[in-house]
Amino acid sequence: MSTLRFKPVTAGRWFVWGTFAFVLLVLPLVFRQGFALTLMSQMGIMIIFALSYNLLLGHTGLLSFGHAVYMGLGAYFAIHALNLIGQGRLGIPVALLPLVGGLFAALFGALIGWVTTRKAGVAFAMISLGIGEMVHAMSLMFPAFFGGEGGVTSNRMVGPAPLGITYGPAIQVYYLIALWTLLSMAAMFALTRTPLGRIANAVRDNEERAAFVGYSTERVRLLMFVLSAFFAGIAGGLAAINYEIVTAETVSTLRSGAVLLAAYIGGVGFFFGPVIGAVVFTFFQTALSGFTKAWLLYLGLLFIAIVMFAPGGFAMILMQNLRVWKFGLLGRLIRPYGWALAPGLLALAGFVGIVEMTYHVSATGAPREMTLGGIPVAPFSATPWLVCGVLLIAGAALVAVAWRRVRAEWDEVQREIEAKTSMLAGA
Amino acid sequence: MEFLVIQTLNGLSYGLLLFLLSAGLTLIFSMMGVLNFAHASFYMVGAYFGYQITRWIGFWPALIAAPLLVGAIGMLVERYGLRRVHKHGHVAELLFTFGLAYIIEEAIHLVWGRAAVEFNPPPVLDGPLFTVFGSSFPIYRGFMAAVAIAMLVAIYLGLTRTRVGLVIQAALTHPQTVEALGHNVPRVFMLTFGGGSALAALAGAVGGPAFVTDPGMAAAIGPIVFVVVVVGGMGSLAGAFLASLLIGLLQTFSVSLNWSLGGLLKPLGVAPVDGTFLAEMLNLTLAQAAPMLPYLIMVLMLVVRPRGLMGTRET
Repeated sequence: MSTLRFKPVTAGRWFVWGTFAFVLLVLPLVFRQGFALTLMSQMGIMIIFALSYNLLLGHTGLLSFGHAVYMGLGAYFAIHALNLIGQGRLGIPVALLPLVGGLFAALFGALIGWVTTRKAGVAFAMISLGIGEMVHAMSLMFPAFFGGEGGVTSNRMVGPAPLGITYGPAIQVYYLIALWTLLSMAAMFALTRTPLGRIANAVRDNEERAAFVGYSTERVRLLMFVLSAFFAGIAGGLAAINYEIVTAETVSTLRSGAVLLAAYIGGVGFFFGPVIGAVVFTFFQTALSGFTKAWLLYLGLLFIAIVMFAPGGFAMILMQNLRVWKFGLLGRLIRPYGWALAPGLLALAGFVGIVEMTYHVSATGAPREMTLGGIPVAPFSATPWLVCGVLLIAGAALVAVAWRRVRAEWDEVQREIEAKTSMLAGA
Repeated sequence: MEFLVIQTLNGLSYGLLLFLLSAGLTLIFSMMGVLNFAHASFYMVGAYFGYQITRWIGFWPALIAAPLLVGAIGMLVERYGLRRVHKHGHVAELLFTFGLAYIIEEAIHLVWGRAAVEFNPPPVLDGPLFTVFGSSFPIYRGFMAAVAIAMLVAIYLGLTRTRVGLVIQAALTHPQTVEALGHNVPRVFMLTFGGGSALAALAGAVGGPAFVTDPGMAAAIGPIVFVVVVVGGMGSLAGAFLASLLIGLLQTFSVSLNWSLGGLLKPLGVAPVDGTFLAEMLNLTLAQAAPMLPYLIMVLMLVVRPRGLMGTRET
């Protein structure tokens, strides 16, 4: 029988977290444009939101379609608190507003979760969808709290300004968000290592066994649900500070779907998966949407591709290759990867061309000409369609051929790793 | 009185349309255990196909062609999409249909644009069917109800009187046994998925002219169909029928009633101060609260009776 060794802090872990903090610190010095700063602030908020979602889906096995409710309510309470600070009726610094959002979100999480977490599985998914739709419908019914169609607006430059930090400039808001992101990430990571976090894993994997060991699975689910709502509320509070406006859209089912997409694309099986997902999602939502109206289509296709071919998300792909690299075998995969990647990019270019041209042509009163990646094309003639079609079909065919080589090499590499590890275990 | 009669008829015709949608969803769920998030998207595709075919050929051919086309698409989705993710479990299947709903909505944007299209009923079906106490009931609403009832009878007869129907029923509860008897169960799954999608598309092609045909129609009706399926009891066709009518009537009546708690309290001499949250709560009319009611019923049902009205399994 193997002994369980407890190693709470390792050098590697310190290194990873230190690097992450360092990256957060220097990013604004590297990307100086205002747009990059906005993008990074949104990424920070999304990272907290996606990680809080993964406390449910990845760690407790609860598939929620209504997680935006908690971020949204947190944002609403935070912005009302911000308005109170502005009126001089509340004496807390702006920097602590996310905590207000988190606490109120946790309160509602406890209230709603008390009912919804009695069951797991499909029943929980459906009930969360129902709650999400209900709160969204309510948001337009109570304008005094939700602000009706226009939402609630505020001004974040209020209250005392220690060290001259007024949160006027976007860079100050970025660092506030970065700090909260780091804190929340560390807290959530620590949570997954506590007995509660471990038992949540057990409840996810086998509810019956966890119950037989003596745990109340309902209480475990409820606790995780409340904590998840708390962190979602923190993200909401940060969003309230960042945008200075909260609308009914924040509690919409669209947002609930977005966080599910983000977390799943990143990978729910690893703690850091949703971080990747949040970065990718925000990039699609903010950066790509400036270039194309079809960004949601591309995101949807990416999501479907992940569900069908890589259910572990980006994190799983990364970790599997990291394992190969650890055994010094990644070099053998580089060449097959390249052979598959090159025609893959061609096929992608062809597909994007077709989608963009279709969008262009279907719009009423579209001009005769457009540009695709800087190349002028005439979407009303046959040539560009033909070119894109050939690119797509030929590229896809080449990928299919190249993929077989990747598969074969991958299997070979896995066999070798298998042999090595079993040798180690034998010795 | 006229209000009561007309609203009841409207509610019933809407409820029957909901049944067309929830029947397919229920069949798919009870057979494959998959909650199909893209079901309402097939409804939307049905409406758009109906619109396009109506423009090219005519309304009546559209009514047949749109469901057949969407049914074929549904079968392809099951064969090359769902069946592949099946090995990753139910959550993966559910997420697959969830992603599919996104893609279908975007594809509709791509082809037909973001604005609503003008999908009108044919002249034969335009106008009032009959007049009660001075209010008229449109022919088209009656037609909608007739199509739904015809399909209801067809589903019932198809499931209980035909060979395929019996195999489907057997595959619902004992897939392994049915497979051992030499039936191709995966193909039965594919047919059921295609059939359910075709039913949704028929509802779309019929419902499109009655309501609005726009890219938001799937997101608008999808959650309502889920409510119907949950309230009726997952996997129960009879329950879905009951719940469809219930939700149909509820939605039709609640949007036209201006009752509020405040109004109820007024004769007692209780009046909250204007502008406060309490006043907003009390002065909220039933019509304003209407969008919320189906979900409230669903949540209450899940709390009080998780298996729904007629369901047999605890979800």
